[in-house]
Amino acid sequence: MSRYDAIVIGAGHNGLTNAAYLAKAGLKVVVVEKNDYIGGAAVSRELHEGWTYSNCSYVCSMMRQAIHRDLDLSAHGLILVPYLATVNFGDGDERLIGYHDAQAAYNELRRHSAHDADAMFRFQADLTRYSQFIRKTLLRTPPEPTSFRLRDIRELLYLGKKLWSLGEREIYEYIRFFTISADDFLDDYFENDMIKAAMASPGIIGTALGVQSPGSAYILLHHVMGDVDGNIGAWGLARGGMGAISKAIASALDSFGGEVRMNAGVQQVLVRGGKAIGVALENGDELRADIVVSNLDARRTFTRIIDRNDLPDGIYEKAKNFKIRGSSGKVNIALSGLPKFTGLPDNRYVDRGGQAFTGSMETMERAYDCWKRGTWSDDPFIESVIPSAWDPTVAPPGQHWMSNFIQYCPPKLADGPWTPEKRDAFGESVISKLERYSPGFRDLIVHMEVRTPHEIENEIGLTEGNIFQGELTIDQLFFNRPFPGYGQYRMPLKNLYMCGSSTHPGGGVSSACGANAAREILMDLKRPNTVPEDDFYDE
Amino acid sequence: MTMTATDPFAGERPKLSPFHPRQAELNIRDAWGVWNGYKFAEYYYDAEYEYFCIRNQCGTYDVCPMQKYEIRGADAEAMLNRLVTRDVKKLGVNRVAYAVWCTDEGRIIDDGTIFRLAGDHFILKCGSPCTAWLRKAAFGFGDVTVTDISDALAGLSLQGPTSCAVLKKMGLTGIENAKAFDIMHFPFAGETLRVSRTGFTGDLGYELWIPRELALELWDAVYAAGADYGIQPYGETATNMARMEAGFIMPYMDFAEALKTVHFEHDQTPFELQLGWLVDFDKPYFSGRAALLEEKRRGPRWTLVRLDIEGNWPAEGSIIYDTEACKKDIGYVTSAMWSPTVKANIALAMIRTEHLGGDIWVEIYKSKDLRPYRRMAKGTIRKKPFWTPARARLTPPADY
Repeated sequence: MSRYDAIVIGAGHNGLTNAAYLAKAGLKVVVVEKNDYIGGAAVSRELHEGWTYSNCSYVCSMMRQAIHRDLDLSAHGLILVPYLATVNFGDGDERLIGYHDAQAAYNELRRHSAHDADAMFRFQADLTRYSQFIRKTLLRTPPEPTSFRLRDIRELLYLGKKLWSLGEREIYEYIRFFTISADDFLDDYFENDMIKAAMASPGIIGTALGVQSPGSAYILLHHVMGDVDGNIGAWGLARGGMGAISKAIASALDSFGGEVRMNAGVQQVLVRGGKAIGVALENGDELRADIVVSNLDARRTFTRIIDRNDLPDGIYEKAKNFKIRGSSGKVNIALSGLPKFTGLPDNRYVDRGGQAFTGSMETMERAYDCWKRGTWSDDPFIESVIPSAWDPTVAPPGQHWMSNFIQYCPPKLADGPWTPEKRDAFGESVISKLERYSPGFRDLIVHMEVRTPHEIENEIGLTEGNIFQGELTIDQLFFNRPFPGYGQYRMPLKNLYMCGSSTHPGGGVSSACGANAAREILMDLKRPNTVPEDDFYDE
Repeated sequence: MTMTATDPFAGERPKLSPFHPRQAELNIRDAWGVWNGYKFAEYYYDAEYEYFCIRNQCGTYDVCPMQKYEIRGADAEAMLNRLVTRDVKKLGVNRVAYAVWCTDEGRIIDDGTIFRLAGDHFILKCGSPCTAWLRKAAFGFGDVTVTDISDALAGLSLQGPTSCAVLKKMGLTGIENAKAFDIMHFPFAGETLRVSRTGFTGDLGYELWIPRELALELWDAVYAAGADYGIQPYGETATNMARMEAGFIMPYMDFAEALKTVHFEHDQTPFELQLGWLVDFDKPYFSGRAALLEEKRRGPRWTLVRLDIEGNWPAEGSIIYDTEACKKDIGYVTSAMWSPTVKANIALAMIRTEHLGGDIWVEIYKSKDLRPYRRMAKGTIRKKPFWTPARARLTPPADY
């Protein structure tokens, strides 16, 4: 039996970040991982010779630069490269090209609507203002609003001051913003349906909501508040794929003397006298530690690897009812050449951006209707990017891989469980939509990986395939994440913590959850803090 | 308007690089500046994008406006050895050396590279025109000729992790065996293409040299080979970003060329720029020797350092103090930026040597919605360059 200061369950990027900070503080740390590869959903694997897919997450903008810098992830091999802007495809022949240059982008918007081209300035300023406030909270532990501890009161005052400094009107706007739909929010700015659809699409990504569902406005913000080198809303690719992020963090962990054990799925968290004391692995090994940190989602942590009888009343039920509905699928395609899309100029820069098959607001809402009925969307929203147009390391020269994120794809089908045939039929629906916009696309396909929520849950352990480890609605955000009363990473068993995206600030490859949890753990151990307190971006 | 003899502004227009026809097609932002009289791209599409081509794929940079001097003759080596502070005797044939040359007071006139093509055949390359100084330097030597071949020799720098793969695709067999600072020659369109494994980006990279008449043919061959390797032209802005991360100094930014400074204290010595390793006192007399020997004994008054500055406000043009309260100014920033690869707020700065051991506080201004804000940020001296990837030194290099 091995003894550690801390055991982290799950080698996703947050688990690795958490472990790296604990190891940096001098703790003897082990990360246990059920798969024979690390990374969780920030993973890149070669499934077909010569092609490296980022199998799950595919782009990055949330990664906290304070952590990137503090752990010196560049020295550990991480290079984040921003990619150029996205083309939105309408239901028919209309295209909206998000040119990288602001003046060109303005001209393009004007081509669709002079009104909306002007409104975009106000939209961007408002989103930047909202983002600036939210971003300040990312690397901070949420205060408990009902606590009278000095620390919580101080934190509440800090946030209150920041919010108040935005002006009275903004406070009303924030409250409205957290509760309305992307559709309602965008109506305040835009008249053109195609522009609205383009701006609304981030509001549904990874969420079992439609563009007209209340709460989708915040998700929109969650997706645009990231940045690459200070360019808010910009998205980047990790050179070598998203797995390069996990690898760099693991390398930092290694440099601090931490350990990662693969093929080491946890059977159960060992509990004695209301305290977590270690884990029993599926292979029969037992590891003991003073601290156990779960990087699994809240549902999985409390319903799968902890004995219900070890938990205080009500926790199992909270976890069972934790909102973590899967809504999306992923189709990774190896291509023998760069696909050409109709209605676009032969522009080498436009080729290198993303593609968003958003259609119209109506198309996106109808796609959501399919999810509600328990089928995949027949005309889905697809967000694509061709990383190989940027990254020479992920496909052979002249050949490409295309990442397609598909919404919606339900975790449970109305007509019975997922089968390989149904999975392939879902993949086919994606290919036929792509073929509609890129005749001949099918002929370029060399290899394909189709992932429904079923595969995502079984391979990397995200319940229902929910990419955020729990939905990002206000009832599950900030001090409510994962459950009210447990917003500070400490869980209802002594010495048990959570560090995954089920905790504040939620999903996305940000490393913030893992870092924040490490700060709390070090505080409980009365060790000096090694975690950046705040992101250094104060715009 | 056509560029005919009747163009009344012909004398005022910048000269065009032999690569200009291709570069003009790709400069869709019309972002032009001027370098040594040549129309020169600040950027083509987006500076940051081009910077990332250097770090992630590959890019080309037009080095035609660089000054190139062919120095030949039995006394060429002796003449160069008297000019620069390094020992040119030690430079092998088909090798390149970085060098600086100084006034008698030991102040740097310029930096550049010396290519040795044969025992009696060199090419000196530098950023600013140097004809007058070279003529002085050749004075008294019998068998040496200095020829300005700046306009006759076209140069294209190809930098980035896929650059070797592109040259291999172009058919330059054996290029992968070139070590850093090696020169190789290849037949190209009936002429000789010279390739040196050199650059100004701190990454894997090469410079291609060809007679001006063949410039476009070279360009087309490089771009055909590079199509699947992300090739992209980059301009001055991206170059400046890459070189700063690599810790390379830029003339007229990090040092003032001694022959052009008005005040005698405004130029620099090699020791001040931490280039003491370039000064060889064991070789025969060279310009600035006595002054540099004295400086070495006494220690430089100023030292150029690499700073890692807290926060993310670029410290361009900042003055540096010893305390947060700005009690005493101890130096100034020469170049600064946010480093996208290292994710650090980096700068090169001149600091009075006696203050190197103490606190370093940088006064930075930044505008938000047009209102300027001021911040004092702490700087930390970094011994090593910010970005030194192993791939830049590997032989043979990887394909990406």
